[in-house]
Amino acid sequence: MRFARHVAAIAGKDLRAEIRTKEGFNAALAFAVVILILFSFAIDPTSEQMREMSGGLLWIVFAFAGALVLNRSFPRETPNDSLDVLLASPVSPPALLLGKTIANFVILIAIESLCLPLFGILYNMDWTRQPALLAATLLLATWAITVIGTVFSALTVNLRLRELMLPVLIYPMLIPALMAAMKLTTLLIAGAPPEPGDWLWFRLLIGFDIIFTLLAQALVETVLLG
Amino acid sequence: MPRPILSSALAAAGGLWLIRNLHVVTLQLPDEAAQGAVYRNLFFHVPAWFTCFTAFAFAGLAGIAYIVRKRMVFDTLAVACVEAGVAFTLIGLATGSIWARIIWGIWWTWDARLTWALITCLVYFGYLMLRESLDDPTSRARISAVFSTFAFVSVAITYKSIEWWRTQHPGPVLDFRTGGGQIDKAMQSALYHNWGALMLIAAALVLIRMRQEDSRRELEALRRYVHAQ
Amino acid sequence: MPAPALAVDRVWKYFGEFPALRDITLDAAPGACLALLGRNGAGKTTLLRLLAGLATPTRGTLQLERHRAGYIGHGIGIYDDLSARENLMLFARLYDVPNARAAVSQWLTRTQLARVADSPAREFSRGMRQRLAIARAFLHNPDVLLLDEPFTSLDDRAIALLQELLRETLGRGATVVMSTHQLREAMELATHVALLVRGKLAFHGPRPPEMIGDPTWLYARHGEPA
Repeated sequence: MRFARHVAAIAGKDLRAEIRTKEGFNAALAFAVVILILFSFAIDPTSEQMREMSGGLLWIVFAFAGALVLNRSFPRETPNDSLDVLLASPVSPPALLLGKTIANFVILIAIESLCLPLFGILYNMDWTRQPALLAATLLLATWAITVIGTVFSALTVNLRLRELMLPVLIYPMLIPALMAAMKLTTLLIAGAPPEPGDWLWFRLLIGFDIIFTLLAQALVETVLLG
Repeated sequence: MPRPILSSALAAAGGLWLIRNLHVVTLQLPDEAAQGAVYRNLFFHVPAWFTCFTAFAFAGLAGIAYIVRKRMVFDTLAVACVEAGVAFTLIGLATGSIWARIIWGIWWTWDARLTWALITCLVYFGYLMLRESLDDPTSRARISAVFSTFAFVSVAITYKSIEWWRTQHPGPVLDFRTGGGQIDKAMQSALYHNWGALMLIAAALVLIRMRQEDSRRELEALRRYVHAQ
Repeated sequence: MPAPALAVDRVWKYFGEFPALRDITLDAAPGACLALLGRNGAGKTTLLRLLAGLATPTRGTLQLERHRAGYIGHGIGIYDDLSARENLMLFARLYDVPNARAAVSQWLTRTQLARVADSPAREFSRGMRQRLAIARAFLHNPDVLLLDEPFTSLDDRAIALLQELLRETLGRGATVVMSTHQLREAMELATHVALLVRGKLAFHGPRPPEMIGDPTWLYARHGEPA
């Protein structure tokens, strides 16, 4: 109960600060839109090929936008040594991490929900044929990005070149989740109901989320306490 | 035995064993029916990968041991194992590419196992980059131990998930994976011999690298003493 | 002899091979104010960070009720994007302060920030930010206060406020541990002193009466130049 209260307080604080400045949100959204537009030069946006590449394109956009959001997560705590004050307070490192993860998750989901309709308009794609399953894919894969990304934001917070290191370190680890998300998204945008074999990718995403959430919760104390 | 002598002894034994194996592989074993002479690459390719997985597994265990016990020796072991592992990964990728060029006609293909090897390589390069940008030895040990635990789990999940893609790489042939009968006994024994030799060389590399890391930490501590005066 | 409010037992802290703290044993009773003295790099900050729970000792044990402790470190530890009230509300929630809203308002008045309570902290003057940090540390009526160089860089108004609050807190039986260079400000409050020399405890005991007239007396006695 106390844990949940602390998680809510931390998530609320990060979201409030983000809503006030919108720095991370605006940068990530602008970046996502630019990639969406640039991609129309890489491939003929009206072709059938585009439909087959939709999942890949969207998740590359989301992963890049995610890195921009995540890069600000723990560095937000450094200017006034606020992280020290939080760690000295009764909030436990797992609660602190979970709160910040939830805040990043909400921000990234908001960006994705703006990008998806834009993608539909720009590439003349009807993406609403399997809304429930597409939403499930978005939620599961976005959690995978934020749960690994937030703990790595803590890992890299004191590094030289941290803004570069974070994406270099997290993308290779995210490959199974991104792979599953790309497969499912392409499939669901095409509109076909998933065949029995496709549920495998959902299972992969769920397993990935559970394993890395537990691992992050177990290791965060070692990351944050010197 | 003092560590410098131990590492030299291991390296010498590994080197001699490798020469003996080269003699067997090149002069005693016949060419393979389908592939001809080039199949001999296998005797280096497969043991190099086995050695690299062993090194990464030890690095993962050393990382977990550091998180639990907080003893610097585990950090030293972890970085030495990762560096030795990365060296053998490069041997594995190079020998694999040469073989693929001759048998498949291409240097690289996005086959499941190749892709996985490349991702693993990237993840552990990330580990080495991460270490280089951390100055304080204790936080370097902490942060890299956590990273290597994540790396280990992620590499395992990637292995499984990527297998669900279509695969082009030759399947396992050794008896412990297939239950026997896929490979000639003499060839299998040459392969194990070479694995043994490479493992000795890897162990020598790990010991040398551990000594370097100890010296580096000692230097860092001396520097702090000077600043604290 | 009352039970000590905090106890440090044979604590070592290594950074790599470098022992920043060597075999430290000390304690402080309720109502005591312990001044940690020593040069830069002697281990004062390291010891306070261990007490505040920001780091774990390599060997040895620490005893204190951490959720009843307040901490002021080198950084000011406030969030620039949040208002003064939001800053305090966050910590009121993390520390489970009863009647959080009333307590926060009361502290805003006490630190003369009520007028600007809802402006973001980034618009505050230096002195206002310092008073906000002081309010944050005292908000939950801590039983133990851990202060790292509290008087350094404070303006006169903040120093007066902090001294007044510390006297009041000591009066109700709380314990204060502070590291400091400002010997004169500290000696007015300190009941005990501990001198750290290169990570070792060179002196620990009630404040020698000689130090009132000559604060550097201890340094001269124990061979450490001021």
